[in-house]
Amino acid sequence: MKKTPLYDHHLGLNARMTDFGGWLLPVEYTGIIEEHKKVRSAAGLFDVSHMGEIIVKGKDAEAFLQELLTNDISKAADGKVIYSPMCYEDGGVVDDLLIYKYSSEYFLLVTNAANTDKDFEWISEHAKGDMEAVNVSDSWALLAIQGPCAESILQKATYCPLADIRFYTFVPEINVCGVPAMISRTGYTGEDGFEVYIPWDKAPEVWEGLLDLGRSLGLVPAGLGARDTLRLEAALPLYGHELSPDITPLEAGLGAFVKLGKDSFIGKEALLRQHAAGLERKLTGFVMTGRGIPRSGYDIMDGERKIGFVTSGSYSPSLGQNIGLAMADIGYSEPGTEFDVIIRDKPVRARTLELPFYRKKYRK
Amino acid sequence: MKVLDGLYYSKEHEWVKVEGGKAYVGITDYAQESLGEIVFVELPEIGSQVDAGDVLGVVESVKAASDIYSPISGTVIEANEALADDPALLNEDPYENWIAVLEITDDSMLDELMDASAYEAYLAEEE
Repeated sequence: MKKTPLYDHHLGLNARMTDFGGWLLPVEYTGIIEEHKKVRSAAGLFDVSHMGEIIVKGKDAEAFLQELLTNDISKAADGKVIYSPMCYEDGGVVDDLLIYKYSSEYFLLVTNAANTDKDFEWISEHAKGDMEAVNVSDSWALLAIQGPCAESILQKATYCPLADIRFYTFVPEINVCGVPAMISRTGYTGEDGFEVYIPWDKAPEVWEGLLDLGRSLGLVPAGLGARDTLRLEAALPLYGHELSPDITPLEAGLGAFVKLGKDSFIGKEALLRQHAAGLERKLTGFVMTGRGIPRSGYDIMDGERKIGFVTSGSYSPSLGQNIGLAMADIGYSEPGTEFDVIIRDKPVRARTLELPFYRKKYRK
Repeated sequence: MKVLDGLYYSKEHEWVKVEGGKAYVGITDYAQESLGEIVFVELPEIGSQVDAGDVLGVVESVKAASDIYSPISGTVIEANEALADDPALLNEDPYENWIAVLEITDDSMLDELMDASAYEAYLAEEE
């Protein structure tokens, strides 16, 4: 089992630990609901050092990534962060990534932990031209500080004027708690916030430093449990749930990140066909109107007919209701549509609604 | 971890309190602590017959659903509806907030369960 550089710190904080894709990570410290609410009202600090980092560099790096990704990175300015699915030929998803554009010849790709090795192989298999891919996951630790107070807290730890870092941009070479870092205004919670990339062995200094500096403003350590409920409320997809080799980005509602007008990219033909034919199913948000919590994998039915399945579901701490995302037949995706979720062999009523469940407060 | 004297305990971390021919059934402090914040409870139907080891109900934390097994055989005569409205009561006091009351059909089953000191020893092993 792999450990982040903060493993001992999590144990010291009495975290409940879990196996997440081969990593021992904190699920919760004081409680998922409490941590979730703190992130919405003040700020939370997440250790997400398990995330993978792959550098793609060289004269042909941009052309190569244009071929690999569904989104268009060529129009992005240096210093931009771009979100993009990476597809198979059939339109299924290899992974969804953040791409940090240092220049058209130097990119940092951030991958889902469980996919990092698969992604690196996929990238290496398709490598062409004057470019090189390097898996640097072992040298970077990653902390996410998220919530309305994130900027004020992080500002205490750096001279870099954070107000100037706009949503989905980054600053490559600054100091945070005296440690060389890269900061982006990104996150996975539906709140304003930052992700801080630091050298693996310096993570404890920054973790402790930020917790100290942030305490008076309500900063708490937050675990994977809260990260999951936060991203679900914001309707952000999680690989293995809303995205997979069997689900295309168009079905997952990520059409904005698939540029079908781009010259060519892996999966384009399949996605063009699906787009032209029209979607048969689509990621749909719903709230339970009957008693029960929807969970990943549960069937959704209209009477006797199966019309899809739940991809993620949970009690929503912000709404106080039980919510879920489902891959539903297209006829059931309009807000206000009703269907049953099958919970322990019993149908329980649910009603679709417009996503996200929780409206973002991003600072643009 | 709180363990009360005078109760019977199962290996699945349920407790039983016997009063006359009736048995109150709940989950232990250890169970609520390992589940975390409980946000949903599914109660058994009144009148349903359960055998020892059958699913009596379900408790769900934010992360996951867990079955509650009936430690004894009997007929459900009461379910604690307060838990349906406020599942967190199980975290606050798992011994005060029973899940169901059974009319015991076979009290020899109780011999299979642990008393407080045996359960404490069992918990020590689990650690």
